[in-house]
Amino acid sequence: MWDYTDKVKDHFLHPRNVGEIENPDAEAEVGNITCGDALRLTLRIDKKTGIIQDAKFKTFGCGSAIASSSVLTELLKGKTVEDARKITNKEIAGFLGGLPREKMHCSVMGQEALEKALANYLGEEAPEEHTHEEGEIICHCFGVTDSLIARVVRENDLHTVEEVTNFCKAGGGCGMCHPSIEDIIAQTHGAQATQIVETQKKKVLTNIQKITLIQQTIDREIRPQIQADGGDIELIDVVGNRVLVGLRGNCAGCRTAQFTLQHAVEAKLRELVDEDIFVEEVRE
Amino acid sequence: MKTIYLDNNATTCIDPIVLDKMMPFLKDRYGNPSSMHDFGGTVMHDVDRAREQIAGLINADPREILFTSCGTESDNTALLSALESYPDKRHIITTRVEHSAILNMCKHLSKKGYSITYLPVDHEGMIDLRQLEEAITPDTALVSIMYANNETGVVYPIDKIAQIVKERSVLFHTDAVQAVGKLPLDLKELPVDMLSLSGHKLHAPKGVGVLYIRRGTRFQPYIIGGHQEHGRRGGTENVASIVGLGYACEIAQKHMDYENTEVKRLRDKLENALLSIVPNSILNGHREMRLPNTTNISFEYVEGEGILLLLNEKGVCASSGSACTSGSIEPSHVLRAMGVPFTAAHGSIRFSLSRYTTEAEIDFVIKTVPPVIDRLREISPFWGKDNLAVR
Repeated sequence: MWDYTDKVKDHFLHPRNVGEIENPDAEAEVGNITCGDALRLTLRIDKKTGIIQDAKFKTFGCGSAIASSSVLTELLKGKTVEDARKITNKEIAGFLGGLPREKMHCSVMGQEALEKALANYLGEEAPEEHTHEEGEIICHCFGVTDSLIARVVRENDLHTVEEVTNFCKAGGGCGMCHPSIEDIIAQTHGAQATQIVETQKKKVLTNIQKITLIQQTIDREIRPQIQADGGDIELIDVVGNRVLVGLRGNCAGCRTAQFTLQHAVEAKLRELVDEDIFVEEVRE
Repeated sequence: MKTIYLDNNATTCIDPIVLDKMMPFLKDRYGNPSSMHDFGGTVMHDVDRAREQIAGLINADPREILFTSCGTESDNTALLSALESYPDKRHIITTRVEHSAILNMCKHLSKKGYSITYLPVDHEGMIDLRQLEEAITPDTALVSIMYANNETGVVYPIDKIAQIVKERSVLFHTDAVQAVGKLPLDLKELPVDMLSLSGHKLHAPKGVGVLYIRRGTRFQPYIIGGHQEHGRRGGTENVASIVGLGYACEIAQKHMDYENTEVKRLRDKLENALLSIVPNSILNGHREMRLPNTTNISFEYVEGEGILLLLNEKGVCASSGSACTSGSIEPSHVLRAMGVPFTAAHGSIRFSLSRYTTEAEIDFVIKTVPPVIDRLREISPFWGKDNLAVR
């Protein structure tokens, strides 16, 4: 049972401003169905005064995700864009009388949507899809970047991987990124980060060596993870830097397969074989 | 507000008769069954009667019944005993959909150097018996496969599985926590070596479990202490709960037909109604090979916790495989193993009935659930006319 405050319950049971503004002046979507929560925020902004006149949301997620979105829209109405940019996840959680620690990521999702919507309004470059914001993806399971992790660590004074997972989900999946998250925590708090060993310059490979190395990397580093999810991967061909693979089992036809290919398979091959590799799926 | 309890795979109410039978041991008859004096010593007769009652339900010998504190202890004991009894063997076979009492112990053992094979399941939650056959090696100490799955209710062909495993002379354990009391079990016919059951899943109190150990099976204790349970488990007996479990088993036997006819009928009524009324709802698990009391339905494009909270407002208790309700970040390992897409896994709800569930309660739930799903879908950004076209 989650310990929700009366305010959270109220905003979950009676969410304010549900819906979508037609032809909005600002809009943003964060999260996705795979991760278990997603928020679409639309704003009506008076261009002369810069005041947010209306805000609406649609949210897929748990009780506190819906409550956080509802409160966010209430906080936004009547604020100038400039003031709205200052809203933090702490404020969202605070307005709700606090959230359970495990649920703090819901308030972070609200803040992310807001940032993205305002960037959209101000014509700033929108962060790429699947990444919470710009930066290098650290947690591939949930697509969380180093910059987001650093920010939740800084703004909420977090010290453990578990806390980081509570606030932005990073590290909540396979657990492979835990050392990187620990590094970010150390760096953010100004401590001496674990020494990063420069990866050795890779020597030039012959085609046969390269194919063998790709096969080995898939077998050792990639297949076990994919099999753990009930799928499988098969190397079909290597044409220059194009690596053609087939996805089998649960992966075949999975909505997140493309994501897996780019962020798990391609990233691994780039790291261990060649930086210029790109992976393509061959469907049967 | 009346509570409608459809979460009987999580725990059940104590049968009033069971509670009555327990009370003397919580009041006047507090003696220790190991004592020499009659005041304590006669209590052992009650513990042994419970042993007979439990053996009666699963057609075992009373000497094969070992009392534990819960299903988890029974599962842990079975695994560790097998490894300690066969120290040369370092391999265990189980499935990807076991209860965490098995899965997390296996993870722990793999860190200690044991190798574990997790058999996959298909989209209906069933395992492939050929894969089981292929996985058994001379190094295999134990095969542990659950009798029925707690989340989906899927029932595994334990007779066939046990036969395959025993032909290869490997120990076989089954976690039957969800099956005992709901399905008839005959251990004289079923060649399993060890079987776990738990009191509070069949209207006995929490805090008591059983590990059945077939006579002649090599065994090493997990809890080491006094001579209780013939030296197989130290610790003073939880007498009142053991007595309760004995009567609960006797009563379960009497209700076995009811469970497989009337409870099943109500389950089917609920399931068929929800699947037909709510668009984009999907049944999880094999439709036939299933416990009579369990249904697991995914409502696409909404999240399980929200459904549970709104049902809670109406007094309806159920559970969900959604990430947000399990305290973890990822949704149910059972549904993930079955390849249930994320669109559906996050919105899965398990309703588990009991012999106390009434028709009026089921009718109320049938009326209550659809508007709850509609309400959350109105808030969901993924719900719209496009979704309807997809399926």
